[in-house]
Amino acid sequence: MTDQAVAGEVGREVGRARPRKEDARLLTGQTTWTDNIQVAGMLHLAVLRSPMAHARITRVDVAPALERPGVLAAFSGADLAEGLGSLPCAWPVTEDIVLPDHPPIAVDEVRYAGDPVAVVVARDRYAAADALEAVEVDYDPLPPVLDLEAALAEDAPLVHSDKGTNRCYAWPLATGESFAAVRERADVTLKRRYHQQRLIPNAMEPRAVVVTPLAASGEYTVYSATQIPHILRIMLATVTGIPEHKLRVIAPDVGGGFGSKLQVYGEEALALAVARELGRPVKWTESRSEGYLATHHGRGMIQDIEVAATREGRLLGLKVDLVADMGAYLMLVTPGIPILGAFMYPAIYKMDAYEFRCTGVFTTRTPTDAYRGAGRPEATFAIERIMDELAAELGLDPVEVRRRNWIRREEFPYTTIAGLTYDSGDYEAATDRALSLFGYDDLRAEQRARNERGDPVRLGIGVSTFTEMCGLAPSRVLRDLRYGAGGWEAASIRMLPTGKVEVVTGTSPHGQGHETCWSQIAADVLGVPFEDVEVLHGDTKSSPQGMDTYGSRSLAVGGEAVHRAATTVVAKARKVAAHLLEASEQDLEFRDGVFSVKGSPEARRSIQEIAFEAFTNHDLPDGVEPSINAEHVVDPENFSFPHGTHLCAVEVHTETGWTRIRSYVCVDDVGRVVNPVIVEGQVHGGLAQGIAQALYEEAVYDDEGNLVSGSMADYLVPSAPDLPDFVTDRTETPATSNALGVKGVGEAGTIASTPAVVNAVVDALRPLGVTDVRMPCTPERVWRAVREATA
Amino acid sequence: MIPPAFEYARPETVEEAVRLLAEAGDEAKVLAGGQSLLPLLRLRLAFPELVVDVGRIPGLRGVREDGDTLVIGALTTHHEVIRDPLVRRHAGLLAAATATVADPAVRHRGTLGGSLAHADPAGDLPAVVLALDGELVAAGPEGRRTVPAREFFVDYLQSALSPDELLIEIRVPKADGWGFHYEKFHRVAQSWAIVGVAALVRREDGRIAEARVGLTNMGATPLRASAAETALAGADGPDPVRRAASGAAEGTRPGQDASASPEYRAHLARVLTERAVLTAAGMG
Repeated sequence: MTDQAVAGEVGREVGRARPRKEDARLLTGQTTWTDNIQVAGMLHLAVLRSPMAHARITRVDVAPALERPGVLAAFSGADLAEGLGSLPCAWPVTEDIVLPDHPPIAVDEVRYAGDPVAVVVARDRYAAADALEAVEVDYDPLPPVLDLEAALAEDAPLVHSDKGTNRCYAWPLATGESFAAVRERADVTLKRRYHQQRLIPNAMEPRAVVVTPLAASGEYTVYSATQIPHILRIMLATVTGIPEHKLRVIAPDVGGGFGSKLQVYGEEALALAVARELGRPVKWTESRSEGYLATHHGRGMIQDIEVAATREGRLLGLKVDLVADMGAYLMLVTPGIPILGAFMYPAIYKMDAYEFRCTGVFTTRTPTDAYRGAGRPEATFAIERIMDELAAELGLDPVEVRRRNWIRREEFPYTTIAGLTYDSGDYEAATDRALSLFGYDDLRAEQRARNERGDPVRLGIGVSTFTEMCGLAPSRVLRDLRYGAGGWEAASIRMLPTGKVEVVTGTSPHGQGHETCWSQIAADVLGVPFEDVEVLHGDTKSSPQGMDTYGSRSLAVGGEAVHRAATTVVAKARKVAAHLLEASEQDLEFRDGVFSVKGSPEARRSIQEIAFEAFTNHDLPDGVEPSINAEHVVDPENFSFPHGTHLCAVEVHTETGWTRIRSYVCVDDVGRVVNPVIVEGQVHGGLAQGIAQALYEEAVYDDEGNLVSGSMADYLVPSAPDLPDFVTDRTETPATSNALGVKGVGEAGTIASTPAVVNAVVDALRPLGVTDVRMPCTPERVWRAVREATA
Repeated sequence: MIPPAFEYARPETVEEAVRLLAEAGDEAKVLAGGQSLLPLLRLRLAFPELVVDVGRIPGLRGVREDGDTLVIGALTTHHEVIRDPLVRRHAGLLAAATATVADPAVRHRGTLGGSLAHADPAGDLPAVVLALDGELVAAGPEGRRTVPAREFFVDYLQSALSPDELLIEIRVPKADGWGFHYEKFHRVAQSWAIVGVAALVRREDGRIAEARVGLTNMGATPLRASAAETALAGADGPDPVRRAASGAAEGTRPGQDASASPEYRAHLARVLTERAVLTAAGMG
């Protein structure tokens, strides 16, 4: 226990606002993006994509492309079919889920605009792109499947005709009393329908892959702009048949992912297949508009939500019926995304009944999968929206109705109606702090004044008291959810002979700052200088074991693994120190990286000296290993549950529908903070993305299934001038499920902010009779809502 | 994305540029700041055989006076227009509207001439030059000709320039003493205007003596809100301006896209015209 006590002293580095180690490299262009990689003899791939949403392929002729200058090879789907299996879906959420075949390149049928149909290989990227135009493809059009509910009709045209249905799965959950029973005794019930529009993730760095084959040994190195080098290695081995030990996957510097690089993409498999076929290194890099078609999308759901409550505003029950757009195929975790949300609809509230049902539906659109928050933003949106509606229905303040239902601070740990055990939290503290920073009462007074004088510019106040589940995840829980793997994470610590430290992590950062944070954690536990720690990641050769980065899991699981491995290093060093200092282990103190003998402070050795001694010593006692390196694999005992209170004030110009965010305050509780600068950055970016869903972004398709918002000219990603100055603060309630007390922060801002903004827009217009505005709340939608309500 | 293959020429003189354009027939595109052409090339929406880069032709950049007229070289960048003291003094509307174009990077590369020759009705500057009663000077094989802005914008992305002509300067009558305002309505800072209204107002004795209103993105070309202009004459306060502005969408044919319907655009044209005129007239 001594070492645990020592570990408890972390704090010299942890909590410190260290500038990020990564930034000097990132900001001065000394990065290795996958597309920067140049290999002698490298060829370039270009992918021809279906121009229509749904069609039978009747002919593909790549021969004319071979005539083009610089072209070395070209392949149709049929040409490559033999060596390529189906792309994996690792989360079959029900036993009877419909799992369609998903060839990395279409062979007989295309099922979304953007589905690959041919590959051209040329000496440079330009020649490859030019030659695509020479490939001849004949299509026999099939009806597109675009409407989620119509797709479930008996006679609907089918996305996968061999499956006989567009219904992918139906996943139910019912806990507590029956909803029908609580509805009987409820004073009020409310039912609403919300639409989660499709979103396109916009990582700064587009996807790219480079494959270098080594013919003599049959080995392949795959560089990919991915969040998941470890999972990718296993899956590519399965898809291509190349043995796993002959595959090395490297995620070099990766410029953002937001879930879009938590994927095993067809282009990764195609690059590998072509490199194998030609025995040459190949590269593929997507363009932005190509990525809009072929990188998975997020959200895309219809939510029917119903609450039953007492007159006093106490929730009795919640019923949710979801229809979720899978897109054309199931990708890595497509079906599981709405299921992650299933546990979050009850949010921070107590109730007696909960019923949830999700129906996954195939459509002829780009597949969906994880996008920042992945299921939790959708759930949080629906519950936080309807809590505002409940408040309005009962004439209560929206903060008050939440207060009457949330789990009180003294009730933790609390097992929710959905079965999750929230270990810690303090909703009162976060909310009180947010209300005070926001000037809630003054803004309400101004709102009343504007309403009374009929001001054409209305003020609206939106509340979102969110929680989420991070740290994916305890393996036992994942088993129950039929997830295809465990939720562990690995770390090892290599104490180099000169006293420097290498931390090897299985997490795979793509902008988060793991190199900085893991260094802070290790430096604290080991008592070594921050600068003496190097973090190795993202290469299956140097970091052979990992579950990678997504779901705000890296710190809570991967950081914890680093912490535990470092703690073991100290324990091993203690044995060596005892030998060197000729004392018993119990008589040693370890502080600030130095072992000393109690009562004889002059007898001391630093852990860095001990690393050298372990390397050089000739007479360690029996049973003492000549190494103080250690590794640890953590399987978390629970999720972690960040929470917070977000308040948004908007001005809505009723004449034009224009919405301006006037102020935004958030008080987040992400547990213990390792690096406040990084936490602040994560919150800011998350807010921007959540606000983007509320007001700006939408993947729009036309009636034929073409993506209309196919470039950044039409898909509106907000930038700094569109966003307010954020006021952020924190409360700190440590998580109890890990020794660091951390909860995760990567998705909090995105999850919380969308309902805060839409609640504010609706709150501004409620006196005019508006009860909802569909996302994104474009000026025209707001204008029409006002016009219809006041007509 | 990767543009299709094209030949590239960088003439040193207007005459050489015109000769290259004439030789290429319909198959050439002029490259100035590249802010419109390069996206079209990269999205493979344009397939020119020849790109004529006029960016380094001397004498096409900068602003000078010619009596009551301001002469702006076609290659003058947006950034230069915004900061130019002559433009600010005599054509403040142009400086103000140009400051709303895209973002600083685009404004440092993009040119006034390029923006006008591109003839995108969603661009901010065509409607502004139309409201200013500007003239555009083109050089061709036969020499130079001057086209009034009212005749310059022919159709969607189509100007009165023939394929062998190069826009070399923009002539704008000095609007000294006119009030002005450009009211732009867009969803995010870097997106196109859903609708924009360029207003110029001359006041006499507290009334609007004369008003000119240019409309951005209200049809296939930039338009003048002629009915509103006529009705504005004599307006002496917010209510008459509002009544006059209610005719701002007359004769327009706004389009439909992901951001707005024609009906909404027409509504915006009326509201924004009212705002722009009131601000320009100092009545707001």
